[in-house]
Amino acid sequence: MKRIYLDYAATTPIHSEVVKAMLPYFTEAFGNPSSIHSYGQEAKGSIEEARVKVADLIGARSEELVFTSGGTEADNFAIKGIAFANESKGNHIITSSVEHHAVIETCQFLERRGFRVTYLPVDEYGLVDLDDVKKAITDKTTLISVMHASNEMGTIEPIAEIGRIAKEAEIYFHTDAVQTVGHIPVDVNKLGVDLLSMSAHKLYGPKGVGALYIRKGTKLTPFIHGGEQERRRRASTENVPGIVGFGKAAELAQHEMGEEVKRLTYLRDQLIKGLLERIDHTRLNGHPLKRLPNNINISADFVEGESMLLNLDLEGICASTGSACSSSSLEASHVLLALGLSHEQAHGSLRFSLGKWTTEEEIERVLDVLPRVVAKLRAMSPLLKSHR
Amino acid sequence: MRDVWSLYSDKVMEHFKNPRNVGEIENPDGIGHVGNPVCGDIMELYIKVNNNTIVDARFKTFGCGAAIATSSMVTEMVKGKSIEEALEISNRAVAEALDGLPPIKMHCSVLAEEALKSAIEDYCAKSKRRNNECK
Repeated sequence: MKRIYLDYAATTPIHSEVVKAMLPYFTEAFGNPSSIHSYGQEAKGSIEEARVKVADLIGARSEELVFTSGGTEADNFAIKGIAFANESKGNHIITSSVEHHAVIETCQFLERRGFRVTYLPVDEYGLVDLDDVKKAITDKTTLISVMHASNEMGTIEPIAEIGRIAKEAEIYFHTDAVQTVGHIPVDVNKLGVDLLSMSAHKLYGPKGVGALYIRKGTKLTPFIHGGEQERRRRASTENVPGIVGFGKAAELAQHEMGEEVKRLTYLRDQLIKGLLERIDHTRLNGHPLKRLPNNINISADFVEGESMLLNLDLEGICASTGSACSSSSLEASHVLLALGLSHEQAHGSLRFSLGKWTTEEEIERVLDVLPRVVAKLRAMSPLLKSHR
Repeated sequence: MRDVWSLYSDKVMEHFKNPRNVGEIENPDGIGHVGNPVCGDIMELYIKVNNNTIVDARFKTFGCGAAIATSSMVTEMVKGKSIEEALEISNRAVAEALDGLPPIKMHCSVLAEEALKSAIEDYCAKSKRRNNECK
C-alpha cells in the first residue's frame, strides 16, 4: 500500500538537494570550524555561507543569527536568555495560552524560579487580542513571546501589530516562527521582532539544527557556556553538516515559497471543504483565513482522535491528533481547549499538514477514507445517542 | 521497517480493527457506565444475565485504540461466566488476554474492569429490587 504522509508540521523529509549539499561535510570537509588550518577554515566558511542564506530568508543580517540544535532550543534560549539578562529590570513575561510546549514549559520553569508569567487568552479562532497584550504590560515586563503561527490549529497571530506595541513599550519581543519560516514570507523588520525561533527540519532540512534570530543590541544571557562559537552566545562545536543543510533548505524555500503557498492553500481548502461537507457534526479548528497554507485541523464530534488516527494509518494515511509531541499524554490539547472546545471535541481533533509532495489524489483519498472511519467509530460511540 | 503501530500488540490491533460485541442490548440486566471526557475515554457495558450466568455482553466506547480493544476483549471474556467468575476478571487479565498494553494505556484495562464491575453492580441492584438474591 502506498502511504500518504500528511504530517509535514511534525517533520518533513529532507530535500534531495539538501542531502547532496550536506554530504561532503561528513567526510572530506569534516574540519572543526574553530581550527586555524585549511580544514577548519573550509568548515567555517560553509557555516558563514549558510548563515547568510538563512538570514536572507527572514530579512535579517547574518551576524544576528545564532545556530542552535533546533526550535525548542531557540525558544529556551530566547526566553531564559532575556529573562535572566534583564532580571534587574523586571521579572514579568507575557505569552499566549496556545504556545508550543517549548515556550509554555520554559515559562513554567521560570515561574518556579520566581518570575511572573501572563498567559494571554485567545478567541474562538485562536487569535490573541491586542488590547489584552497592552493591558498585560507592567513596568516589570521584560519580554513578550507570541508564536507566529500555531503548529496545531494553524492560526497566524497578529505579530506585526504586537511588535508595534512591544516597541512602543520598549519590551523585547520574541516569536516562535518554527511553522512559518520557509512556508510564508517572514521578515524580522516587518514583524518588529527582536528574537525569532526557527527549525530546519520543518522546511525540508535536517533534524537537530535550528536558529535564533537576535536583533543587534538585544541583551540576553548565553545559552551554553564554553568556547567562543556563535559569538560566545552558544558554545559547542558547530553541527557543520546540519547548518549547511539548513542553509540549502532556506535557499530552496525562498525560491519555491510563492508557488507553494498558492498550491497548498488550494489543496488545504479542498480538504477542509470536503471534510465539512461529507462528515456532519464536524468543525474546523483555528482561523479559516489567517491560517497556515498547509494546516487542516478538524474536530469530529462523538469520536476520539487516536482511534481515527489508527484507522487512517491502517489505510496508509499518516496524520496527527493534537500536537505530536503530546500524543503519549492523556491530556487533551491545551491549544484546542484554549479555543473553547469541550474535552470531547478536543480529544476528537485531527490535524493534516500538507507539504511539497502532497497531491490532489492524496486529498481525494482522505476525503474518501475519513468519512468511513468516522462512521465506523460513531457506530460504537456512547456519546452519539445523547445528542440525537 | 518497524511496524508503525508496534505501539500495540497484534491482538490489540485485531480487536481494534474488528471489535466484538459492539452495540447495546435491549432491556439489559445491567449497564455499566464509566470514564469521563477529560481523560478521553468513556465506556458503556451492557450485560444480559440468565440463571446467574452472563449470556450476552455488548459495549459502546468513546476512546483510543486500547479503550476499544479492551472493551471488545472484556465482553468476550465475560460471556458464559457466572457473576462470581466475572467479578474475578481483573484489568491485568484483560491486558494479558490482549498480549499486553503499553504502560500509558494500562488505564484502559482498568476502565474495562470498572465497566464490568459497574454493570454487575447495576444488575445486583436491580435483582435486589425484585427481591432476588444477588450472590
